[in-house]
Amino acid sequence: MATYSLPPKKEQSSFKKFKKIFILLAVIALYVWTFLGIDIDWTRAVERAASNFHRVIPKLFSPDWAAAGEVSQKILETIFIAFAGSFMAAILAIPLGFLAAKNMSRGKLLSAIGKWILSAIRAFPDIILAILFVVAVGPNAFAGVLAIAIGSTGMLGKLYSEVVESIDMQVVEAMEANGANKVQALFYGVLPQIIPEFLSYAIYRFEIDIRASSILGIVGAGGIGTMIIFAANNRNWNEMGMILLAIIIVVTIIDFISARIRRKIV
Amino acid sequence: MTKQSNSLSQGTTPPIFPVKTKIQVTVIFFVVIGVYLFSMFWTQQQMVGGFGNAIGNMVVVIEKFFPPNLSILPAIWDPMAQTIQMAIIATTVAAVLTVPLALLSAQNITTFKPLYYFTRTLLNILRTIPDLVLAVVFVGLFGIGLFPGIIALIIFSLGILAKLISETIEAVDMNPLEAMRASGGNILQVIFYGLVPQVLPQFTSFVLYVFEINIRASVVLGLVGAGGIGLVLDQQLGFYNYPNAMAIIVLIFVVVLVIEYISNKLREALI
Repeated sequence: MATYSLPPKKEQSSFKKFKKIFILLAVIALYVWTFLGIDIDWTRAVERAASNFHRVIPKLFSPDWAAAGEVSQKILETIFIAFAGSFMAAILAIPLGFLAAKNMSRGKLLSAIGKWILSAIRAFPDIILAILFVVAVGPNAFAGVLAIAIGSTGMLGKLYSEVVESIDMQVVEAMEANGANKVQALFYGVLPQIIPEFLSYAIYRFEIDIRASSILGIVGAGGIGTMIIFAANNRNWNEMGMILLAIIIVVTIIDFISARIRRKIV
Repeated sequence: MTKQSNSLSQGTTPPIFPVKTKIQVTVIFFVVIGVYLFSMFWTQQQMVGGFGNAIGNMVVVIEKFFPPNLSILPAIWDPMAQTIQMAIIATTVAAVLTVPLALLSAQNITTFKPLYYFTRTLLNILRTIPDLVLAVVFVGLFGIGLFPGIIALIIFSLGILAKLISETIEAVDMNPLEAMRASGGNILQVIFYGLVPQVLPQFTSFVLYVFEINIRASVVLGLVGAGGIGLVLDQQLGFYNYPNAMAIIVLIFVVVLVIEYISNKLREALI
């Protein structure tokens, strides 16, 4: 009878073994730190949940239709904030995207600066930007627009720069060899290659911005978030149910339309 | 062919794009600009003093934030650590819970169609709700503290993670799995020896990605009372203590950058 055995395992270098053990120890240390550090008042949370459950959950599922008018007006404002913000970002991100792209400038310095600016912008959560702009321009929807515009520029700029880096440079070289100047090469060599993907990413970012702008109102930057915070403070969970329903519907519709358009463009 | 050479000989080049496309693009362009202008008008209508005033005001107000009062850093380190711990716990729990959900919403594993559509729809609905809205609801349910924040993060990241991982599962090479089943492996064996090795690197990478998202989300959860550094930020803003608030924002900025850098390096090493 033949004996079955597994093929021999690959020899691992001691450096790799050491690295594995080190990572394992680091992860264990991280978890020990986490579970020792966190303190959750379990009894209080369970008590609260037990007493609040029937007051909150059933009401969330029976939305207050009387608030539908106000909710739809605010959700429209949310869409406007997201649209204006995404549009500004789609424009603002173009120069930054080109700046950060490695193949658009000779030296490495410019693209490094561009990448650094973009990742710095991305490190700010949208809502922190909203706080800054609410203080600057007052608690209104325009603060939300500015927050969305700046916040989206970080991500769009990065995506744009990746698109620019992935273009076929041979076309551009051929044009320059034929005597086209920089502007002509940009317009006829670079732009046709990047416009569909730029558009697609801008629309994709609009999807994300709809979600983002729906919470900006929590810090006073307009949109449906204003109603969320009022409903929560007044414990008006029926109204909260209506707001949640509106957000779910609007986000689903916009995701659907945007996915359709993006599939058509690219 | 002959027609083209004719037009060339006459000195007129044929248009690159057909006329219909041009009209379409022009119409779409003007609609987009129109909606944009209307949005700008709408969002600025409650503003006092209009745009020009706001720009001048902005400079004055931004000056109030500077210089950040960095001497409070030792005092705000504890809530910051708590925020990171929240994100770690939430990501871990979500990573565990996502396994059954991702399997249920992968078309090639869950062959029972109604179940597949049910989990898919559930995840789609889950993903439409922003993290802070979940936090508001859970704060209402569990009271103020870390716990509602963690629950909100878990639910929120579950939606993203399950979708990403189910897509990875759908993209795996099914041949080894079929071979295993054909040679007598049961469903658990097929999953462990056929599916897991193919999915694991992607899985780890996505978990790290969601961890990054959770870090960003957790720093602001406190604004609605769900614990962490956001709570302190909210208080300082409430006292109009802008240099302190700016110090917190700077700390958040640095922590997010550092964690993102580490996580990026790890993800690059994985794939």
